[in-house]
Amino acid sequence: MTALGALFYLLSAVMLAAAGLAATRRNPIHAVCCAVVAFLASAGVFTVLGAPLPGALQVVVYAGAIMVLFLFIIMLLGLPVGQGSVPATRLAAPGVLVGASLVALFTLLIRDPAGLTPLPAATAAPGAVGAVLFGDYWLAVEAVSILLFAALAAVLLLGRARRGHKGGEPA
Amino acid sequence: MNVPLSHVLVVAALLFAVGGLCAACRRNVLMILVGVEFMLTAASTAFVGGALAHGNLDGQAAVILVMGLAAAEAALGLALLVHARRGGGTTDIDGYRRLSGE
Repeated sequence: MTALGALFYLLSAVMLAAAGLAATRRNPIHAVCCAVVAFLASAGVFTVLGAPLPGALQVVVYAGAIMVLFLFIIMLLGLPVGQGSVPATRLAAPGVLVGASLVALFTLLIRDPAGLTPLPAATAAPGAVGAVLFGDYWLAVEAVSILLFAALAAVLLLGRARRGHKGGEPA
Repeated sequence: MNVPLSHVLVVAALLFAVGGLCAACRRNVLMILVGVEFMLTAASTAFVGGALAHGNLDGQAAVILVMGLAAAEAALGLALLVHARRGGGTTDIDGYRRLSGE
C-alpha cells in the first residue's frame, strides 16, 4: 500500500468517526465542533483523491463559513444544552433501515469487478477545473448564482418581516 | 495509489448513512441541517472519486456546484430557524405543527 492510499483510509476513518460523534452529541456546540473536524478530514480526502481545488473550497466554504454560521446561530439563540449522547433507542428503528440498505449496497459494489481496479494517482490543476466549470457548465453556474441570490432575498425578507411584526403590524 | 473506486463509494455511503441517521433521529432543527450537510458532503466524495476513476473533471465541477447549493440551503434554513425562534417558537422539530399562523 502506498503512502497516499494509507492517508486515504486514515482520513476516511477520521471523517466517519467525527461525523458519527457529531450525529450523536446532545450538546449542539460539541456536535458542530465534531462536524468541523469531519469537514476538514473530508477536505483531506478530496485532496488525496486528486481534487485540491474542491478540497480547499471545502475548508473555506464548509468548515470556514457554514459551520461557523451554525456556531453563531447556536450562540445567538441560546439553545438548551444537553449532555452525553442521544439515547440508542431513538436510533434503533432508522438504524436498522439504514443498515439493511447499506448491506444491499455493499453486496452490489462487491459484485462489480470494474470497481476493484486501483485508481490512478492524479492531481487536477485548479485552472483546468475552472475551465470545465465555466466552459461546459456555465448554465449550472448561472443557476447556482440565481439560487444564491434567491436565498439572499428570502433571508432579507425574513429579517424585515420579523421587525414589522415586532412593531405591532401583522407581518 | 491502491485505492479502488468501490472503497471510495463505501466511504461515501457510510457518510451518507451517518448524515441520514442524524437527519432522521435528531429533534433539534439545527442538527437536522447538519445531517443534511453530511449527506451533501457524501455525494461530493462520490463525485470526486468518480472524476478520478473516469479521468475527467466533470465530477470536480459538480462538487463546486454542490457547495453553492449547500451554502444557499444552510443560510436559508438558519434564517428560517431564527425567524421561527424569535416569533416565540422552539428549535424542537416536534413543535412545528401548523402551516399557517404568525
